[in-house]
Amino acid sequence: MRVLGIETSCDETGVAVYDHRQGLLAHTLYSQIGVHAEFGGVVPELASRDHVRKTVPLVAETLERAGLQGRDIDGVAYTAGPGLVGALLVGAAIGRSLAWGWGVPAVPVHHMEGHLLAPMLEEPRPGFPFVALLVSGGHTQLVEVQSVGRYRMLGDSLDDAAGEAFDKTAKLLGLPYPGGPELARLAEKGRPDRFRFPRPMTDRPGLDFSFSGLKTFALHTLQRELADAEIPTQEREQIKADIAYAFEQAVVETLVIKCRRALDETGSRTLVLAGGVSANRRLRERMREAIAGEAGEVFYPRPEYCTDNGAMIAFAGAQRLLGGQQEPLRFAVDPRWRLVDLPAIDRRR
Amino acid sequence: MTKILAIETAGPGCSAALWVDGEVEERFELKPRGHSELILGMMQRLLAQAGLRLTQLDALGFSRGPGSFTGVRIATGVIQGAAFAAELPVVPVSTLAALAQGCCRETAARRILCALDARMGELYWGAYGLRADGLVELIGREQVAPADEVELPEGDGWHGVGSGWAAFGDALARRMGPALEATDASRLCRARDVVVLAAAGHLAGHGVSAAEALPVYLRDRVATPKR
Repeated sequence: MRVLGIETSCDETGVAVYDHRQGLLAHTLYSQIGVHAEFGGVVPELASRDHVRKTVPLVAETLERAGLQGRDIDGVAYTAGPGLVGALLVGAAIGRSLAWGWGVPAVPVHHMEGHLLAPMLEEPRPGFPFVALLVSGGHTQLVEVQSVGRYRMLGDSLDDAAGEAFDKTAKLLGLPYPGGPELARLAEKGRPDRFRFPRPMTDRPGLDFSFSGLKTFALHTLQRELADAEIPTQEREQIKADIAYAFEQAVVETLVIKCRRALDETGSRTLVLAGGVSANRRLRERMREAIAGEAGEVFYPRPEYCTDNGAMIAFAGAQRLLGGQQEPLRFAVDPRWRLVDLPAIDRRR
Repeated sequence: MTKILAIETAGPGCSAALWVDGEVEERFELKPRGHSELILGMMQRLLAQAGLRLTQLDALGFSRGPGSFTGVRIATGVIQGAAFAAELPVVPVSTLAALAQGCCRETAARRILCALDARMGELYWGAYGLRADGLVELIGREQVAPADEVELPEGDGWHGVGSGWAAFGDALARRMGPALEATDASRLCRARDVVVLAAAGHLAGHGVSAAEALPVYLRDRVATPKR
């Protein structure tokens, strides 16, 4: 089965074709970062407007790259939530209508399920069951994955998602939007032992997260360290790099501690990292060091499948279509769709 | 035989209409926020009833705005997808023009002032005249502006239509004075009028590709840059 996947939940338009026998045949991505940069964050209305301009051209380009015609497509998957309602609606309208026009089934896909299953686009792929850490600008969740659609929420963020904390802290440090990856770059220049930030909620049982305090801690550290106006520019920059380092380290170590705990609690030996923040180099390295070997195996997709993309939607959609799920002749989106509300698919592949 | 399917979801109504050589069949339902549930089914039933497949059509039309941003994008997305899949040309039709066309279909009006409530104290506004061939044409330009700033047309015998006449009727009537003959604030844009204008556009060679079938919002300043 060849499935066209469309992702438009936030500020990236992604389109891909996945074939359940041949794997990923083509994928394209258009990032709106340039559209939103001058506003310091994603403007939902502008995001919707850009998706309307970009989706169909990307569908055409993706088919061309795959050497396919519309009639070669057996199903269409589109992200139906969670995300920005207007942005989601664009992808859903186009995706559902394409499927109608081609006379093939369509299926709405949960954005986080897409992330969760993305490591299965790679070889070797993780086998069920596994524990997944979903870390992005909107989510920090630990999920036990028994099979497609059988998810148990183990832990969730009580306030800011990890990626959100990265972006907000980057802003405090004066880094350009979107700040997360910039902060990680700055942290490379930081001195390891200059500051030590707390590891929130690791001193008590449980798998929930809280990252908003770290952002505040960074702010106070910054204010205290730079209070003296006499500090030369170069030293100020070094202090910022040191803060970036300590912040990133605190987030990473907190995630590592919770992941080990989740593996212990579930008895699972397989950990999957997914979501935009899982592209973070330090997180990948530390997770491998801490977990691979002794406690189990760590899987993560290549960075282009960590951030939002159409490939993961095509893949998750294919699993659901192969499992017999399809949408009637209508479309709907749910900006607050909960992962645990997804129906289970019994087919295993 | 010329066969065209057009849709309208920019307002509170949801409708689809099929044109076959001047004969029009329409499905209409008043269901705000229900457009995404209804529209594809309406299109499907119109085709089935006429014994047609999507690929047998000559073109698709849609109400391209101005109107509810979300509603306009639903119509745009649905038509882009269908047009791409069936490799059909698309004729974008102004929501205001179709509103005026509907007024001329049902009344003796020949000069129509369309006003849709654009919220934020503004109107989507356009003046239309009925031509000898039975189609409306824009006089001046479409605009988004407060009721006391919209550009008024010359002449008299104007019929005001659309939700803007409910929201800003007094201010508009005051400015128009005796040039305003009648108003109907409850009139909605309908696919049966979109399809008439789309058919004319198609016959005049105004079709575009699926990727070029884009909304017209009129209101383009939707965010303020930082700093």
